[in-house]
Amino acid sequence: MSRQREQNNYLRRYRSISYAKWGYLFIAPFFIVYILCSLIPQFLTIYNSFFESYLDGLTQVGPNFVGFKNYVTLFTPDNNGVIGIFKYTSNTLVIWLLGAIPQFVIAMILALFFTSYRLNIRGQTFFKSVIYMPNLIMASAFAMLFFTLFSNVGPVNQMLIQLGILEKPFDFFRTRESVRLLIALMNFLMWFGNTTILFMSGIMGIDHELFESATIDGANSTQVFFRITLPLLMPIVVYVVITAMIGGLQMFDVPQVLTNRLGTPDRTAMTLVMYLNSYLTPSKNYGMSGAISVYLFAITALLSIIVYRSMIRQRSSR
Amino acid sequence: MRSYPYTRSDYESQRARTRLYICRAVVYAVLVFLTVLCLFSFYLLFVNSTRSNAQLQAGFRLTPQENFWTNLRNAWNDVSISIPIGLRNSFVIAILTGILTTYFSALTAFGIHAYDFKGRKFAYIFILAVMMIPPQVGAVGFVQIVYKLKLTNNYLPLILPSIAAPVVFFYMKQYMEAILPLEIVEAARCDGSNEFSTFNRIVLPIMRPALAVQLIFAFVGSWNNYFIPALLLDKLERKTVPIMIAQLRSADYSKFDMGKVYMFILLAILPVVIVYVFLSKFIVRGVQAGAIKG
Repeated sequence: MSRQREQNNYLRRYRSISYAKWGYLFIAPFFIVYILCSLIPQFLTIYNSFFESYLDGLTQVGPNFVGFKNYVTLFTPDNNGVIGIFKYTSNTLVIWLLGAIPQFVIAMILALFFTSYRLNIRGQTFFKSVIYMPNLIMASAFAMLFFTLFSNVGPVNQMLIQLGILEKPFDFFRTRESVRLLIALMNFLMWFGNTTILFMSGIMGIDHELFESATIDGANSTQVFFRITLPLLMPIVVYVVITAMIGGLQMFDVPQVLTNRLGTPDRTAMTLVMYLNSYLTPSKNYGMSGAISVYLFAITALLSIIVYRSMIRQRSSR
Repeated sequence: MRSYPYTRSDYESQRARTRLYICRAVVYAVLVFLTVLCLFSFYLLFVNSTRSNAQLQAGFRLTPQENFWTNLRNAWNDVSISIPIGLRNSFVIAILTGILTTYFSALTAFGIHAYDFKGRKFAYIFILAVMMIPPQVGAVGFVQIVYKLKLTNNYLPLILPSIAAPVVFFYMKQYMEAILPLEIVEAARCDGSNEFSTFNRIVLPIMRPALAVQLIFAFVGSWNNYFIPALLLDKLERKTVPIMIAQLRSADYSKFDMGKVYMFILLAILPVVIVYVFLSKFIVRGVQAGAIKG
């Protein structure tokens, strides 16, 4: 009997000093899976970029070590003197900015509306639910929907003709500006609700007394916004802008489906990830797609640092 | 109505009130405009899914017609795009992804939150650091490994990686810091509960709201996921809905029954919309709570 108790005590003590093992045990699955499914693939991607390896029809070429040849190919101008990767980078950024600038501005205005005590907006839950909804819609289906709505025989052209605004259908998918604007519009619709909610919770986190004392001191609402709200909201604004930009550089589903993976017209709507994807299917060109991935990673890091620095500096100079 | 003459301050306050009314009217007008902008394309989708191909060619229309069930039957029985199979595949992948990602993110967060061990801080900082790496960066290597292991058209490579979701982990960790006192864990320990069952029986039920929010987001994210599945699934009976939708685009759509096409799109987004109609309040609150980290 007493021996058993001793054993129990021993067991208990043994446990109390070895709780750490549970910590290791609980975080182990995460790390094992992360290493297998993310870390090793990331290194493999970089490793691949130094090899020539692709399918030519059904024949596998390589893998042969080629040094920086893939990178040289990536930055070599084509017959028209255009460096593809730069063109696709600027496409991606232009399309992203076309949607992101209105996204940030409108989200900020809406966040101010919703948090204003003076305005006291009713039906907030409804409005927030509606503007957030497009964020959850399947991007490829949303793009397919816009394609059918704006096609030559689609309802938008039919409506414009029935109203007598157009004589014959306007081909939205053969004009650079309209394709880009449609992609930007979809991105805007999908993300402005999300941004509004993030800005709102930021504004609600600001001590309300600050607004009151500023108003008592005679500040008008413009002054309150630029002198109090915006500076205090800056950390969230920086966070939102950088995460939106990282997401924007990954833009894929919408332009891929809308332009049927071609980035028409004349590849002016081709984004970086679409370009990456074009090397993966069907040719399995791991060398070139690896090099593009490394470039994508580098440009993402670089732009994030630039945006972060410039926004922080702006804040301290004020 | 006041019978005595207006004083100066009365006059001013009335002017301020008028201004407030105008402000409010403008604000509501903006909100209504944005609501219409958000919903209009989906409304047209619904209307067009109730019209036959001939009716669709005839012109634009804002009210539904009578061919909803015909279109549904045609879309459901289509052979080249078998949407029922796609829906089933997407559902299986999305639900398993959702369960794995919430369970293991909570487990990882609990491991770091409740135990003191060597390398704990490093593990935490590591996860925060990799949160910033865009997932597309490892895609090439990942696809290569899957092809090497001959796991294409298998769901394992689409489901398994969700065990390691840094963003979900971070949400769980924040939530635990806010609501999970370690005394509960100690109390369970004193009552002789094994650590693993403490997590399953005591911690998980407390975490229920956070688990539900993240389950929904993981489900929706997986349901909508297009990039990686499109690279790994090429057999008809294994394809997911987004791949089928993209296929719809690359087919020669001029020969298509457009009523059917609208119905396909409607079927692709309907499950998420239905979930959202019931849970929107809860979801929006979840997004808001996730943002407060600052």
